[in-house]
Amino acid sequence: MALTIDQPIEHKQQSLAARLFASQTFWVVIAVILACVFLSFATDAFATSKNLYNITRNITFVAIIALGMTFVIITGGIDLSVGSVLCLSSMVLAVTMHAGYSIEVGILASIATALAIGAFNGVLIAYLGFPPFVVTLGMLSIARSLAMVASNNTVVFQFGPDHAKLLSLGGGAWVFGIANPVLYMILLALITGFILRWTKFGRHIFAIGGNEHAATLTGVPVRQIKVAVYMISALSAGIAGIIQTGWLGAVTTNLGTGMELQVIAATVIGGANLAGGVGTAFGAIVGAALIEVIRNSLGLLGINAFWQGVFIGGAILLAVLFDRIRNFRRSD
Amino acid sequence: MAVLELTNISRHFGAIQAVNDVSLSIEPGQVVGLMGDNGAGKSTLVKMIAGNFRPSHGTMHMDGKELILHKPAEARQHGIEIVHQDLALCNNLTAAANVYLGRELRRGVGPFRILDYASMYKRAGQLFAELKSETRPRDLVKQMSGGQRQAVAIARTMLSQAKIVLMDEPTAAISVRQVAEVLNLIRHLRDQGIAVVLISHRMPDVFTVADRVIVMRRGRKVADKTIASSSPEEVTGLITGAIEQV
Repeated sequence: MALTIDQPIEHKQQSLAARLFASQTFWVVIAVILACVFLSFATDAFATSKNLYNITRNITFVAIIALGMTFVIITGGIDLSVGSVLCLSSMVLAVTMHAGYSIEVGILASIATALAIGAFNGVLIAYLGFPPFVVTLGMLSIARSLAMVASNNTVVFQFGPDHAKLLSLGGGAWVFGIANPVLYMILLALITGFILRWTKFGRHIFAIGGNEHAATLTGVPVRQIKVAVYMISALSAGIAGIIQTGWLGAVTTNLGTGMELQVIAATVIGGANLAGGVGTAFGAIVGAALIEVIRNSLGLLGINAFWQGVFIGGAILLAVLFDRIRNFRRSD
Repeated sequence: MAVLELTNISRHFGAIQAVNDVSLSIEPGQVVGLMGDNGAGKSTLVKMIAGNFRPSHGTMHMDGKELILHKPAEARQHGIEIVHQDLALCNNLTAAANVYLGRELRRGVGPFRILDYASMYKRAGQLFAELKSETRPRDLVKQMSGGQRQAVAIARTMLSQAKIVLMDEPTAAISVRQVAEVLNLIRHLRDQGIAVVLISHRMPDVFTVADRVIVMRRGRKVADKTIASSSPEEVTGLITGAIEQV
């Protein structure tokens, strides 16, 4: 036999270039780069270090949650509660620190709250068979309400003895003048990418999104993994909440309102499929970047801010259109 | 010695007697066709061997030792593998990833263990070569033909030292050319000394590849004979009840 065993083992379906061109994420990256190049020439304000600092930092809050959301969306689920969980986590942090506790205690309480909410969502979805949409829609309402209860619907802007530490954590720029939130985002993206590509857990998440029944039959612990992904999603919202609190220096009960839609938009623009089984960490970041660049550019170009929604919505539809065209060609 | 021996196995669901006093034994390297009409008790019987249900009465023995299964994972530990009718494949994953689904190979120490892609590709490639299948480990299952998908599902059963493979309607939904491919896969399993139980509605498949045919009707075993001593007409009669019992 002329064929050796190594040939089929090494055989890849597509070359690197072909895979690149077929990837939605790649085209979104191109779109972001083109937009940045265009804006650098079209406006004086875009390519200034101050504006770039702002853009990169603004990307992070949506991007960090989009990383967590990517896990959920790959399993074929959805988490609508992230905006409210962000608010509740911020509020728990603020109230705890305001009461005189240290920043460590505050962060611990905040993360614990987020994880508890994620676990609650996950158990209802995985063990009791509730639809993810309904569970997290309910939690969207519950978590924001709890934030109001915790703060008595006031603005908290004094964070006790560790006030300065918290502000530096979220608002500082410790390394090379890069805003701290950006560093956290990069770190979390690397962790997410690693988990998805190199761990058994990551592999099982894709398997659940691809064919949940098959995953169950082959012995994948589907229920435990589902609980874990909703906990990760809530955790990412909690982390974003802590960072955002440090950056803003104040927490109100309408923090993160409507953020779940931006997060889902970023994830989908970046190439994740709401039907499950597809998604990357890099895509989540790129999707968040495109949304922020659109927002920023409209301001700089002097276009009325009311048009923002049209452009962001257009970007979502365009990104998914690419996906449809690809599938259409394949099915021919 | 029989690899699997069932003695007076019964299973009822409430008042319904799904399987009634069935005894049979399966030798290593033997292909047994399990036939019967819908509701004859084939699936229930197979699900008891696979660990999905426990028998209401009777005992199972594997290699002479009593076999008590509480869940499918235990059946797998004993060397009983199942190819599900829908194959249980994830379209978004590669062939190798599907073969290793739920038992991924990892390398590293302690909690720092990462997926061992190279070993999984290599072993999956070897399994496909053993099955004489053209399936390639890195290909996505999404883009595969029915025969290749069967090869992936069957390769999964060869990962561990399977002693008996239960196949549920493996030829039900694929093209004629691919049926030949699947029957070849079954022969390769048999040649390695693995016993195969082939659940099928398709008379030609059973008569092409099986050594023995077991026919069930209304929960009872009505025939258990070698292929050479039977005929499709006889089996049809047994399935429908035109022939009572042989």
